[in-house]
Amino acid sequence: MKEVPDTVVCPGCDAVYACAPLHPRDVARCPRCGTELGRHPGEQERRILPLTVASLIMFAIANLFPIVEIELRGLTSQTTLVGAVMALSAEGMSAVALLVLATTILFPLLQLCILAYLLVPLSREHRPVGFALLVRAMQSLRPWGMIEVFLLGVLVAIVKLSSMATVVPGPALWAFVALTVLLTAVLSFNPGAFWEMKFRPAGQADDGDSSGSGGGGGSADRASA
Amino acid sequence: MKLLDYVRPHAHHEDDDAPPVPTSASLGLMACRHCAAVWKGAQDGDACARCGTRLHVRKPQSLKRTWAFLIAACMMYIPANMLPVMITRTLFGAQYDTILSGVIYFWVSGAWGLAAIVFIASFLVPLFKLAVLFLLVVLAQRGSTWRQRERASLYHIIEIIGRWSMLDVFVVSLLTGLVQIQGFAVITAGVGIAAFGAVVVLTMLASLSFDPKLSWDSEEAQALAQEQENQHGHENRDEKPA
Repeated sequence: MKEVPDTVVCPGCDAVYACAPLHPRDVARCPRCGTELGRHPGEQERRILPLTVASLIMFAIANLFPIVEIELRGLTSQTTLVGAVMALSAEGMSAVALLVLATTILFPLLQLCILAYLLVPLSREHRPVGFALLVRAMQSLRPWGMIEVFLLGVLVAIVKLSSMATVVPGPALWAFVALTVLLTAVLSFNPGAFWEMKFRPAGQADDGDSSGSGGGGGSADRASA
Repeated sequence: MKLLDYVRPHAHHEDDDAPPVPTSASLGLMACRHCAAVWKGAQDGDACARCGTRLHVRKPQSLKRTWAFLIAACMMYIPANMLPVMITRTLFGAQYDTILSGVIYFWVSGAWGLAAIVFIASFLVPLFKLAVLFLLVVLAQRGSTWRQRERASLYHIIEIIGRWSMLDVFVVSLLTGLVQIQGFAVITAGVGIAAFGAVVVLTMLASLSFDPKLSWDSEEAQALAQEQENQHGHENRDEKPA
């Protein structure tokens, strides 16, 4: 078994291509089936850790404070995301509660924590324990985090209730809006780039970092290939 | 956009008007689905030397798994639309809402935009996903070369829109957690929402287990066979009957 360098296989149609260096903002697509093969990482790599930390803070606010409060004839009721999950499981809807818990809390939190865990040591050119397993987990979790869908769900629920009661948005609602925006930026980072970092010999690690920031380095260009 | 060049090891076939596209299967290469490293001389089931993922020429049992998830999703689709997803108990009595009655409620109360969003996300998207997956699996199974480019686009579309069907599950969850004013108004989740969540998860699993490469295999297999015939000519044909 021998590695074939500078080659990419289209995951959509199996066509084989030779890697060409990508310029900033380039997106390489398979001309046969249109699947994205790679894109230039740009300046994203250095911005991703601060964005991840900001996302974790927003995530905490979004889950600790009530999302909305309703008022009906002097009686009020409010809920957090966890509260909604608990209410579902109390009604015997454990499967649905688990699905909501996983897609809106567990998976996004796992993704953010894995990303932070992998990125902090990388700034010191050090590969953390469990690297391969965690990068693979991040790639597999990708389709299952649904914060943005949940946000749309909250908006639909608010409109639905507004005819029946007075609806007051809570602090967590704004946190969810911010979290959705932040997550879009964080998750646009291709975890495939981690595999290229892993392969840098320890002595050349510093060079690799500087060429990545310059935007023209060969190893950085092939990050997603 | 930057186009990449095909690797063309069979340059001597360039006189053909449409040379076959080299694929990893035809070149004896295998790509890792996680780290995208390309290996030569690997056996199906070997671990990728870079990240440890098992290498496969195609996703294992792709069509069988996709069929299983697809049939299960179709079966759950009926209770998901027939059974109530949300029960609202107020002083005036109980109201049972299905997915479509929720849409009708929005439409009648004048929230047309919202009615359209919920109708698309909760009704059209799952139906579209089931239909597209059915089409893709049947065509891949028959080795059809019909509109392969469009089929690839359809696969990309269902991968992107599939998750948005979870909308109704989240709406019902939030309303259940929020509207718990005992004596005045209590909203509880109906069995329909469990079936509906199952449809979304099953269709997502179906599209994840479908290997889009299978849609292109027929053409490749034909091209490869033709290529081998060109290379070996009549000798092979004479030897084969043994």
